[in-house]
Amino acid sequence: MKEITRRDFIKITSAGVVGAAISKPVFGFIPPFLKKDHNPPLESELIKTPTVCDICFWKCAGWVWKDKKGNIVKVTGNELDPHSNGRLCPRGTGGLGAYYDPDRLKRPLIRVGKPGSQKFKEATWDEAFDYIAEKMKQIEQKYGREAMALFYHGTTGPHFEYLWEAYGSQTYAEPAIAQCLVTREVGFIATYGQGLSSPEPTDVRNTKCLVLIGNHIGENMHNGHVQDMSHAIDHGATVITVDPRFSTAAAHSKYWLPIKPGTDIALLLAWMHVLIYDNLYNKEYVDKYTYGFDYLKGHVRNFTPQWASTITTLDPNLIRKTAHEMAKAAPSVVIHPGRHTAWYGDDTQRERAIAILNALLGAWGKRGGFYFSEKVSLPQFPHPPFQEPRWSWRTITTDKYKYAIAGVTNVLIDHSLPEYDGPYKVKGWFVVATNLIQSIPDQEKTIRALQNQDLVVVVDILPSEITGYADVILPEATYLERYDLLRNSRHRVPNIALRMPAVEPKYESKPGWWIARELGIRLGLEKYYPWKDIKEVLDWQLRQVGSSLEELKKVGVKHFERKTPLYIPDGYDWPFPTNTGKIELYSTDLVAMGYDPMPVYKKHDEPPAGFYRLIYGRVPMHSFGRTTNNPYLHELRPENHVWVHPKVAKLLGLENGQEVWLENQDGKVSTFSVKVRITERIRPDSVYLPHGFGQKSKQLRKAYARGVLDNELITKVKIDPITGSTGMRSNFVRILTQKPNKQS
Amino acid sequence: MRYAMAVDTRKCVGCADCVVACQTENNVPFGYARDWIVEIVNGSYPDTLKVHFESRRCHHCDDAPCVRVCPTGASHIVEGGIVKVTPEECIGCGACIEACPYGARYFHPDGYVDKCTFCDHRVKNGQDPACVSVCPTYCLIFGDLDDENSPISKVLREREYYTLAPDAGTKPNLYFLK
Repeated sequence: MKEITRRDFIKITSAGVVGAAISKPVFGFIPPFLKKDHNPPLESELIKTPTVCDICFWKCAGWVWKDKKGNIVKVTGNELDPHSNGRLCPRGTGGLGAYYDPDRLKRPLIRVGKPGSQKFKEATWDEAFDYIAEKMKQIEQKYGREAMALFYHGTTGPHFEYLWEAYGSQTYAEPAIAQCLVTREVGFIATYGQGLSSPEPTDVRNTKCLVLIGNHIGENMHNGHVQDMSHAIDHGATVITVDPRFSTAAAHSKYWLPIKPGTDIALLLAWMHVLIYDNLYNKEYVDKYTYGFDYLKGHVRNFTPQWASTITTLDPNLIRKTAHEMAKAAPSVVIHPGRHTAWYGDDTQRERAIAILNALLGAWGKRGGFYFSEKVSLPQFPHPPFQEPRWSWRTITTDKYKYAIAGVTNVLIDHSLPEYDGPYKVKGWFVVATNLIQSIPDQEKTIRALQNQDLVVVVDILPSEITGYADVILPEATYLERYDLLRNSRHRVPNIALRMPAVEPKYESKPGWWIARELGIRLGLEKYYPWKDIKEVLDWQLRQVGSSLEELKKVGVKHFERKTPLYIPDGYDWPFPTNTGKIELYSTDLVAMGYDPMPVYKKHDEPPAGFYRLIYGRVPMHSFGRTTNNPYLHELRPENHVWVHPKVAKLLGLENGQEVWLENQDGKVSTFSVKVRITERIRPDSVYLPHGFGQKSKQLRKAYARGVLDNELITKVKIDPITGSTGMRSNFVRILTQKPNKQS
Repeated sequence: MRYAMAVDTRKCVGCADCVVACQTENNVPFGYARDWIVEIVNGSYPDTLKVHFESRRCHHCDDAPCVRVCPTGASHIVEGGIVKVTPEECIGCGACIEACPYGARYFHPDGYVDKCTFCDHRVKNGQDPACVSVCPTYCLIFGDLDDENSPISKVLREREYYTLAPDAGTKPNLYFLK
């Protein structure tokens, strides 16, 4: 790979760092409240304000506790909150580290000199906004407003999505969709007429049988689900885990199926075969609610456990036995759809298979299976109609990926490349709270797209790698320092939660809503911002549903009455929002679009000799790369290890803790080295690398160069033809014990 | 009153929430910890493999070797059997660190030996220790062994458990449920 010319990381002055408080340089800094106080404060001496955690997407509501000097001392869960039940995960508990991190972005920065030059200058907010508005005008004149693309993530995203709609561009995408969960949503929409949303309405708490397929609850700390799984274990639920790795969930399971990677659909088809041909499926439910059973029965006739065994390497008796376990528990059974489902490029079909299995067991809409979540009908603050763009993400996406339900980041990237010469050019990137270098596979392409832009703006809290490519960097306040839109999510109990600032923003950082509004005004969009402070919006919205900002400030979370049933009442004639009004085992949508109406197993790439499949995943104390520099969370897991089976270690002569480099099938070598962990917990044909480590931004002083980033080894991307989702698990690595020569 | 804690290894996922919660609750400096996670792997791939996690901390032993060896009385036992250190009386000799079979003590950078207190400042107010109060798997159970109706007494009656270094004769009050 060529040396990157445009790349430079911002220089950050040390003003504002708590330098004086450093007592032991090796441990970095100590927040002021940690100094010389042997007696922890009692909660009765502290002041609490409500928050909604922003360390991951689970968005747990909690309380921020401040001492009398105004220092944040801890964050805990709000007991009224159904996302957390009053208990945050380690990342939420350590969330205050985001606020105290001395490496935070501190003030706006503008690249000086010609584009591509290596220098930034500190700027005022006015200078930064003027610069951006001027450049956006130039892009508009040359290419139209649609050429300005927005990439966003998290709770700050909606402020900018609103700005984009007001501006007249719908050229936007959320990496969390096509890189993560869209295939699951579409797989379930095609089956049940509705997706799962977040938090997923799996009734794990009440289930008798939980089936996890490559879904590692306990390493992903999807808080409510982790709690629900514990509850289910306490109540004797059978857990079945399908994973090439002996995950933490596998450790808590009755059955572990160490499947050969990439063969899940074969297993799922065999399970369907057993349920149907051993006459175990829920006949009454299937007759009443589903469409296409006879097609399905014919389709899976030959997909016996013996057939699947040769593909998956699993014992056929184990396949049959686990299907019987599910049937025994039905309808109180959850075949969990997972969340990050962008694996092999046929992921919508795998999720369809999961949806179909749940239907055969009669689990959808039943206690212990899936419940129906409900949210409060909360009106939007009134605004003038948005401008209709001449083209949008849909124009460039849905011809090719017919079931895409949201913008696909990789499609926007394709339209940002210098070689793209069609009518839908992207010439400006506005990147909000997402480090695209790490979150999008094929880094080299992302970087070429970035370098072809007339303007790159990054809004972030930390100097993540993407900030090194920006023309303008805008420092956002952390969630502990800002208001955001109300959390109005679907759950068992409809509820609304408030995030409000516990403290003033540090340095010159500003809340996302303020940044979006100020830029909007610079762009002449005043009429879309008839309010000055977001508090006016929140209070207005809350008053529409009989509450107020004052009330939410006191309680943090407010519950509302449900208006629809939690489960399908027994015997009830339930209409499903599909073409046939039934659960579609045979998908009329997919067949009309030219895709397989029922899932088909297709063989995937295998590792070449000497290579191992790269499997990636999560550690419970980190939210991808967003927390590896958080001082509280960093020390829990400062680096990743590459998991290697003992047989492989013996073959290659590896030792525990040995530093190695990884090289993928395309000759891409990891930037840094990673330590080996020899463990029985992984198949001998695969290696495992937790995601989020190996940060390349030197400004992230704790996380820099600690371990290897899986993403840089994911150069082969398998696109799901139905949704455009990017499958990332067809990459293979070999292990290098010597430091490789620098690539040319 | 005899305080004890149990760790349900059937549920613990080793997420280390207990470690961060302790750190923020008790101002434990970066680089140190009063509690920690141990991952235990037994057997081999694929059929006999077993993994469990132990959330560990001071065992608040009935017969605490750290208290026996302390030359100044800084290490002492308070109500409920909680083993504590008075920072002002600690001379930092480290004898207690050597004596503890569980590695539960460390030198605080302010010049004294520090360790888990079972969050006695919270327990006095009827709250659970911070680690117990945050645990998302509800795998930590804390309470009074003298109260036979307490969840800890109940769970130790009903479930099989083990303790660490039983041969050391310390009579520990940290139990691991099988």
